[in-house]
Amino acid sequence: MNDWLAILSEPLPLPAVLEFVTDPAAGGICSFIGTTRSEHNTAGTELIALYYEAYEEMAREQLNAFATRGREKWPIQKLVILHRIGRVSIAEPSIVIAVSAAHRDTAFQACRFLIDTLKAELAVWKKEIWSDGQQRWVSGVVLAHRAGPQRE
Amino acid sequence: MRITVRLFASARENAGLSQLAIDLPDGANVALAAKKLNELHPGLGSSVAFAVNRTYARGDAVLNDGDELAIIPPVSGG
Repeated sequence: MNDWLAILSEPLPLPAVLEFVTDPAAGGICSFIGTTRSEHNTAGTELIALYYEAYEEMAREQLNAFATRGREKWPIQKLVILHRIGRVSIAEPSIVIAVSAAHRDTAFQACRFLIDTLKAELAVWKKEIWSDGQQRWVSGVVLAHRAGPQRE
Repeated sequence: MRITVRLFASARENAGLSQLAIDLPDGANVALAAKKLNELHPGLGSSVAFAVNRTYARGDAVLNDGDELAIIPPVSGG
């Protein structure tokens, strides 16, 4: 098994991700970790967490499709995409992508492709949770859907 | 025919439900389902994308009995 693709409701196991993509045929590993960024507004209210919701059945199928598209474009050795759902506090990871390949250019390009594609298409939504109790769904990506991105 | 409709994120909260079933005439497409959803819950079928059986679908995609239609608000994963 060369791909580890999952939607998880617990903290993402980062050391296990790097261990998974380690491969004798790889000369490089590239990873991207997305984390909850601290923010505050002019009234002094602070962002305390993000809450992620997924259409889990669809998102799992999409992760498989993204991995397939990545492997069609580049000679990837091993690949991980894990997305967390539920509450993700400041500085905690919500997404980790890791790719190993024979050469670094491949690893960088594939990793970039995977995060960009995921951001544009994955059926996941995040909501901001603020210190004054306010909650707000983040305005996301609209246009990619209408063109049917999975049928390219 | 009858299809299942699933709602997520802002669409789920606005409508106050995560799933419903709707009856449509045979041969109905996604656009007709959206129209029907707007009649049931104003705003529900507008300005969002749709997926049929877990794949993004256009308005002219034809539905079949038992299909799962999902209302997809603008995504914001990552």
